[in-house]
Amino acid sequence: MLKMKNISKVYRTELVETHALRELDLHVDEGEFIAVTGPSGSGKTTFLNIAGLLESPSSGIYELDGEDVSRLNDRQRSRIRNEKVGFIFQSFNLIPDLNLADNVDVPLRYRGWSAVQRRRAVGDMLDLVGLGSRQNYLPSQLSGGQQQRVAIARALAGKPRFLLADEPTGNLDSEMAEIVMKLLESINAEGTTIVMVTHDPDLAHRASRNIHILDGRATDSATPLSPNVTPLPERGVAHA
Amino acid sequence: MLSYYLRLAFASIRRTPVLSALMVLALGLGIGAFMTTFTVYYLMSGDPIPHKSHMLYAVQLDNWDPNDPPTESAKDVQPQITYQDGQNLVNADTPAIRQAQMYASNVIVVPESDEPPFDESVRATYHNFFRMFDVPFLYGQPWERREDEDHAAVAVIGRELNDRLFDGANSVGKNIRVDDQFLQIVGVIDDWQPTPRFYHVDAGGQFDDTEQIFLPLSWAIDQPLLPSGNTNCWKPPDEDLSLLEAFLQSECVWNQFWAEIETPEQAAAYKDFLDNYVRDQKALGRFERPLNTFISNVPEWLEVNEVVTDDNRVLVRLSFLFLLVCVLNTVGLLLAKFLGKSGEVALRRAMGASQGAVFSQNLVEVGLIGVLGGLSGTGLAWLGLRAVESLYRGYQHLVHLDPVMLTTAIGLATLSAILAGLYPVWRVSRLAPAGLLKTQ
Ligand SMILES: Nc1ncnc2c1ncn2[C@@H]1O[C@H](COP(=O)(O)OP(=O)(O)OP(=O)(O)O)[C@@H](O)[C@H]1O
Ligand SMILES: [Mg+2]
Repeated sequence: MLKMKNISKVYRTELVETHALRELDLHVDEGEFIAVTGPSGSGKTTFLNIAGLLESPSSGIYELDGEDVSRLNDRQRSRIRNEKVGFIFQSFNLIPDLNLADNVDVPLRYRGWSAVQRRRAVGDMLDLVGLGSRQNYLPSQLSGGQQQRVAIARALAGKPRFLLADEPTGNLDSEMAEIVMKLLESINAEGTTIVMVTHDPDLAHRASRNIHILDGRATDSATPLSPNVTPLPERGVAHA
Repeated sequence: MLSYYLRLAFASIRRTPVLSALMVLALGLGIGAFMTTFTVYYLMSGDPIPHKSHMLYAVQLDNWDPNDPPTESAKDVQPQITYQDGQNLVNADTPAIRQAQMYASNVIVVPESDEPPFDESVRATYHNFFRMFDVPFLYGQPWERREDEDHAAVAVIGRELNDRLFDGANSVGKNIRVDDQFLQIVGVIDDWQPTPRFYHVDAGGQFDDTEQIFLPLSWAIDQPLLPSGNTNCWKPPDEDLSLLEAFLQSECVWNQFWAEIETPEQAAAYKDFLDNYVRDQKALGRFERPLNTFISNVPEWLEVNEVVTDDNRVLVRLSFLFLLVCVLNTVGLLLAKFLGKSGEVALRRAMGASQGAVFSQNLVEVGLIGVLGGLSGTGLAWLGLRAVESLYRGYQHLVHLDPVMLTTAIGLATLSAILAGLYPVWRVSRLAPAGLLKTQ
């Protein structure tokens, strides 16, 4: 469902040119649970941003659901983001002065659903993450793990087929991380494709496939890496 | 979507109450100052009698000191005329449809009830006054020409006085006691307040209330009721005559004089008539200056008397500049506020909000700030007009905060806020949506 060919991303400032991604080739099939690993600054977030249409590649071809999305305008890209993609961030990013229901409601507002539809979806999603009884709480009244569950509910509320998570457990203790991971696994089991960036080898191990990004290039390992072995990427080789 | 955006706007304003209050205040101050000066200017420069202002002419005759500098325009001539000239003109056969001589005075009204006596303003004039100025009548009608000739003790009173003395009932035929005389009421006029009060703009009275008692000038002179407006003299009255007689025959000016004229030809003929009158008077040894007569219709008259001063215009301009400064200030505050929202904007973008949606959402917020600014500006304008009213005698009619002004203020504030907000809103809608993930 996701296909990247020769994707490069260059950030230019007056002083420096940063090659965040270099001719990255990559594909993700429907229903996969992909863990993306790699050292800091290797380009993982940049890859997620391009995958989620938050940024455009400097060059290369990106197809989502068979559609070349690199040439679309802001409106069309926003529509696709709204309908097909859900985002989860490391630092939850709930809007502090909206209650849980209104936070989960955010993507649905841009979807143009009726109030009834939205209310039902919000309720279902908060039930799914176990916070159905706290619709009117403010984010500040929740623990970190609970906030991240709300963020997951928000990402899933519009029934996207594609979930992008950037270190979703990075700010959580291992117990909370486990709950969130379980939630992601069950969502994946229901058919949602997940791409998750993580630094945690144990979590990466549980994904169906690992992609290692190094220096802006992707290394695919079809079988999950052993949690005890530090992956040694084949430098300079990229294959999809 | 609008109601959603409005809810978000209220939430956002509540999140940064101080910053929001500053913006509302900045806009409010600018709008308030501008609306205050503009209202004063607008009412000052309005046409007090639009349907007729080009048919009503104030008369000026140059009877002044021959040693004064030469006359160049109507502004150099006294705005009033002498009693004797007024009498001569009123009694002459002229090309004008109507003429009216008049002056302002004061009396003590003694109510029949237990209410204590009170001071009331009076206009001594001719029966023509009411038809000439289209004065609306509630009850009765003006007195007749015969009553002017008979020095009759009759009066037309204002609605306010009628409410006070007769509880608003039809008082035609009843008497009113002024000083120690009784006047029979022949008419009650409805609310009538030309602004500016063009028929007597002298001595800062251009925004005074219209008088509550109108009575025949012939009767007023008999009492005598002395003028309460400006009286200007350039040479002492004749000492051989009694004081009153000397005053009436003096070269002192204290009468306003108006003529109603229909066509430009009539106006020219009337002007000729005045010139001939002055020539006749010159033959009698009066009017020692070169021949200068002026007739000015209402707009011209307000101009001659500088009812709208340059100060007012300068003030309007200054307050507009002040409004601009306030708007620019608001641009800065909005930028600060909106840049603080970059996290939320990036989040909404990631959730599928287009640039247009972000733009609209923030524009609604800016509009809301504008409406609040407009409301506070209206409040400040109201206070400002109250201040104008208390600082300057006779500005009572300027302080109406009517619906037109209210909507204008709010509209202006919203427009200002939106203008101020366009750039910040545009900036915020262009924020990179990826920012959120990158800043982790
Ligand atoms: N907007 C930008 N402007 C300039 N350089 C950028 C920008 N975004 C990312 N970079 C650079 O691109 C490279 C890749 O950044 P990216 O955020 O994708 O790394 P990452 O793998 O997500 O790192 P981390 O694990 O620390 O989150 C880095 O060198 C970073 O400095
Ligand atoms: Mg990153």
